[in-house]
Amino acid sequence: MLKVSNLHARIDDREILRGINLEVRPGEVHAIMGPNGSGKSTLSMVLAGNPAYTVTEGSATFYGKDLLAMPPEIRSHEGLFLGFQYPVEIPGVSMVNFMRAAVNAKREYFGEPPMSATDFLKLMREKRAVVELDNKLASRSVNEGFSGGEKKRNEIFQMAVLEPRLSILDETDSGLDIDALRIVAEGVNKLKTANNATIVITHYQRLLDYIKPDLVHILYKGRIVKTGGPELALELEERGYDWIKEENKL
Amino acid sequence: MSALTQYIDLYREHGAVVGSHSCPAMNALRPRALETLENMTLPKKGAEHYALTDLEELLAPDWGLNLAKVDIDVNPSRSFHCGVPMLSTSLFLFINDTFAATPEACEGMPEGVFAGSMRCFAQKMPEVFARLYGSVADMANPLVALNTLLAEDGMVVYVADGVRLGKPLQLVSILENGTPLMAVRRLLIVMGRDSEAKLLACDHTQNPDVDYLSLQTVEIIAGAGSRLDYYDLEESTEKTRRLCSVYLEQHEGSEVLLDGMTLYNGTTRNEYYCSHRGVGGRLRLLGMGVGDSRRRMETYSHVGHEVAQCHTDELFKYVVDDDAAASFEGMIYVAPGAVKTEAYQSNRNIVGSDTARMYSRPQLEIYNDDVKCSHGSAVGRLDAMQLFYMRTRGLPEATARLLLKQAFMADVIEGVRLKPLRERLHIMMERRFSGARPECSSCQGYACNDTDTETDTETL
Repeated sequence: MLKVSNLHARIDDREILRGINLEVRPGEVHAIMGPNGSGKSTLSMVLAGNPAYTVTEGSATFYGKDLLAMPPEIRSHEGLFLGFQYPVEIPGVSMVNFMRAAVNAKREYFGEPPMSATDFLKLMREKRAVVELDNKLASRSVNEGFSGGEKKRNEIFQMAVLEPRLSILDETDSGLDIDALRIVAEGVNKLKTANNATIVITHYQRLLDYIKPDLVHILYKGRIVKTGGPELALELEERGYDWIKEENKL
Repeated sequence: MSALTQYIDLYREHGAVVGSHSCPAMNALRPRALETLENMTLPKKGAEHYALTDLEELLAPDWGLNLAKVDIDVNPSRSFHCGVPMLSTSLFLFINDTFAATPEACEGMPEGVFAGSMRCFAQKMPEVFARLYGSVADMANPLVALNTLLAEDGMVVYVADGVRLGKPLQLVSILENGTPLMAVRRLLIVMGRDSEAKLLACDHTQNPDVDYLSLQTVEIIAGAGSRLDYYDLEESTEKTRRLCSVYLEQHEGSEVLLDGMTLYNGTTRNEYYCSHRGVGGRLRLLGMGVGDSRRRMETYSHVGHEVAQCHTDELFKYVVDDDAAASFEGMIYVAPGAVKTEAYQSNRNIVGSDTARMYSRPQLEIYNDDVKCSHGSAVGRLDAMQLFYMRTRGLPEATARLLLKQAFMADVIEGVRLKPLRERLHIMMERRFSGARPECSSCQGYACNDTDTETDTETL
């Protein structure tokens, strides 16, 4: 579904991604690990279409379509979802209005009429249950005053509502206590089907105890320098990143 | 030659006509207004407190003035569909500067309440009117002096001691004429001890192709323990100039909400001069404005804390796009004896284009140590990360921008304590940011004449 070839990207004058190659197929779970500053979040931002980043070389296709040519909202409609490391607070915009606008924008893209109020509320109720999100949060402004755990749960709630084909979860485990981590991970697992895929970006093996990856990639200095099975994450947990840095000394 | 000369000459020639359509107390102040104007130089654009407004330029055209009070053919029933508010009110009209009350407005007005023309009030309570008219507004202000010179009639809202007016009053001012016109509007609000009232003033312009100048002076006296909400909403046209000076005098323990909203306009200058004269007064001063095209919005506010233990919470917000410009200048002055003052001033703005301009000058002057005060200003663009976040959820960029701008104004709208008006304002703001014209008929079928006048119980 996703094919990334030799992707280079920069923000301001700094080149962060220096030739990423990655292929994700339906049903797969990929984990991307790497030390701080290796480009993990940049990769997620570039794939989701953050205009602050400039792609200088390479390509990315999503179900054969040129992903990089699409604005962020079209990427979303086509089935790409980014779970933010730092979910953005939007004071004054209620979660309900935000999600209604999101759901109906997608329906409009596919030529469908807006969802009725009753159906929408039913959908909200059903999807909230996936991550045990409190009803009260849904009536508040987007992420405003949410705790760290609530913000991350809210990301998975949105993912559940939008039913993406590919979800990129950027450090969804950061800032979570062990119970919140379990709820979030279980939410992701509940949403997993043979037709969708997930890219989990994380620092720690801990999350991968809950979300089992098929492939683990190590990102270092803007390149994927190693790819392996779940055992690679365990090895990293044991040995740290120094050996990767050593192996990739220029 | 000053732009004032033509008005001075006009008055010298037709002063008798003006006086014959007015009342003794209003006429009594005209000589002083004339003298003030004769010795006055209008402040230039860029002068202190006048970052955007050029009074010379605004007053220079040969504006028509309906001094003889010739009937102008206006269909008031058309004007009733003003889009605001969705609540049951006692409705009063200014057609240009001619005052009229709808028959139903006067029905059911509780004893101790007068809401009607100045001339009528001056006959009923001549001593009260003579004592209070012109007692709050500052004649040294050229806009006040000119208004005092030319105003023939106006509206008085008088609420006697202890009277609580449940039903809000609504004053709709309509500008409508075939040729350029200046309308001189005067308003006096007197709140007795422990009285309560809410007033919504809506300014509309009917004909978008004609130039208008609306010159308004509002005097408010909030008696001890009184509670007043004054909402002022402008929905005019690009060819409308509005110069509005609001003077407020607050006495012991009074609570006042002043809220000035500019949804559509041409050139607007709103001035607020507020004075805490009694211990324990509370003022909430709110305002917002949306400017696109070449619209101009200027706000000047001066809040004086003359006595102890008063509270002021001031918030003004603007969104400017295209070639629009807005200016906020606010001063909170805390006198040496005004201990335990709490005063907060905030001005926040979004500038949506490279050619839009925002000028902001928040100021505090504090002359004692025992106060809690703050002031601040922010001018910025829409938050890029918020926009991106919304777009990753599938919201088109235009929709995301619309929601963010609406959200930006949300706290000012939430300050409105009339629930139907608050809800309506959210919808109006959405329409405003989506580029819709103010279609008065849009309110049909919503909740028009809803009898729900629920007021939040929140305190200031």
